[in-house]
Amino acid sequence: MNAALLIIFGTIACSAFVGIYAGRRVKMDLENWTVGGRRFGSLIIWLLMAGEIYTTFTFLGASGWAYSKGAPTYYIMIYGTLAYTLSFFILPELWKLGKRHGLHTQPDFFIRIYGSRFLGVLVAVVGILSIIPYLQLQLAGLGMIVEVSSNGAIPSRLAIILSFVLTCAFVYTSGIRGSAWVSVIKDVMMIVAVGVVGLGVPRIYFGGIGKMFRALIAQKPDHLVFPGAAPTMDTLWVMSTVLLTGMGFYMWPHVFGSAFSAKSDKIIKRNAIIMPFYQIPILLVFMVGFSAFLALPGLKNGDLAFLELVHKTYPSWFLGFIGAAGAVTAMVPASILVLFASTLLAKNVYQAGFNPSASEAAVMRLSRAMVFVITTTGLIFALFLPNALVNLLLIGYDGVSQFFPGVVLGLFWKRVSRRGVICGLLTGLAIVVALVFGRHDPFLGMNAGFIALVVNGTVAVAISLLVRPGRPQGTVHVD
Amino acid sequence: MKKGTRLALIFGAIPFLTLVFALPFVNRIEPIVLGLPFVLFWILLWVVLTPAVLFAAYKIEKKHNPPDDEDKQ
Repeated sequence: MNAALLIIFGTIACSAFVGIYAGRRVKMDLENWTVGGRRFGSLIIWLLMAGEIYTTFTFLGASGWAYSKGAPTYYIMIYGTLAYTLSFFILPELWKLGKRHGLHTQPDFFIRIYGSRFLGVLVAVVGILSIIPYLQLQLAGLGMIVEVSSNGAIPSRLAIILSFVLTCAFVYTSGIRGSAWVSVIKDVMMIVAVGVVGLGVPRIYFGGIGKMFRALIAQKPDHLVFPGAAPTMDTLWVMSTVLLTGMGFYMWPHVFGSAFSAKSDKIIKRNAIIMPFYQIPILLVFMVGFSAFLALPGLKNGDLAFLELVHKTYPSWFLGFIGAAGAVTAMVPASILVLFASTLLAKNVYQAGFNPSASEAAVMRLSRAMVFVITTTGLIFALFLPNALVNLLLIGYDGVSQFFPGVVLGLFWKRVSRRGVICGLLTGLAIVVALVFGRHDPFLGMNAGFIALVVNGTVAVAISLLVRPGRPQGTVHVD
Repeated sequence: MKKGTRLALIFGAIPFLTLVFALPFVNRIEPIVLGLPFVLFWILLWVVLTPAVLFAAYKIEKKHNPPDDEDKQ
């Protein structure tokens, strides 16, 4: 057991050290802090993007869904691939615009393209409201992983507080560089963890992946085709969900913003080509969930399938390794979430909304101060109000996805109007809230967010066509 | 739209055709390929082929869109 504790604490401390060290000898202005001075090469961009994409959800959620829902979990492998395909076409154009106008955040983009501070503040507020519950989810996942994998020796609260104080420290000192460097530790550990468990467990219990599937097909074949054990998640739900989440993926403010940190548009484009390979480890995570379905039936909380099976199968020091990998896997995305939520608050809510004359140095100081505010907020919700934000979490993905029409039309269609995009966005958000909170998700067998997105895009295009002129004066177009 | 971009977009549509619109037709267990139920094999296949598809899009775009032009639009 001591070895497990040592590995967990050692990894958390080591990550914090690397994160803080990453910002050494860099003069921290907003440009360096949020987008790494736009100097990241291919390797670091790949690690960073993988770093923010592979969250605790990869460990717990994908295996948990394979365990409790079955086939609908396949959507996780699909939507990332669609998102990278879209990013191949969208991100390089976005990067060029960002470079030309010195953009740091998603609301910066909306303000620049549409010349509307209202739209910028709206996008920032929706972004922050989506980020906070997502951050809380990372914190809760981290606590759960560390507690289970240390056999209860490290209570969840201690793990959450310790690792997030350290995360907060490296975000403060190093900004996005810290996240990028810690991603290296995280990615290596996670690949090892997923590889060992994903290949090992089916072999140990069934003699191989093929035999595991044969046993599963003999016992419950329906589990492996849509809709699996979730009657509302049939093929149409999967199709609409991968379209929604594929389009929404790069609309998360922190994912969107990190695209600006690349050195060139070509690096982003080449990165998009290789990113789908990073989806393959998810297949191994499914294997763990399916193995647990046969080897550990009747778990109350499917999200624990991964950890419980590892607990049953491997020595405690390896469980400690999984706990450590899980902790860093939460710390990296959380650090990027904190970084961008802080910048959104300081730059796009405070400066754009209330004090346009604030200097960049002042915005930078305020962003750094906001790191503490955002971290504390996330901690309070995770420790004391774990269920308060469940509703926000439900609509987080649906909400940020509604930015997609504004981004794509803004980049590629000259006739798009500010009014069209604002009306589309507000309509989309209203539909999301009405359908999800009214418990009509899925709606007509489709993901409610997808329906909202289709209406949103249609409204944006229709109003842009009907109302002239295309753009208000004083805004900038891509060409 | 430039010719290279148009051709690249055709390649870009492939993952959407195979991983979204083909799903109703591949949602079955048999035949089992590489030990995987067919639908899961199909998904894995196109996830792995997508980099090849995007690489082709990249090459075609480069070939048809003259490089001087690349940074303007």
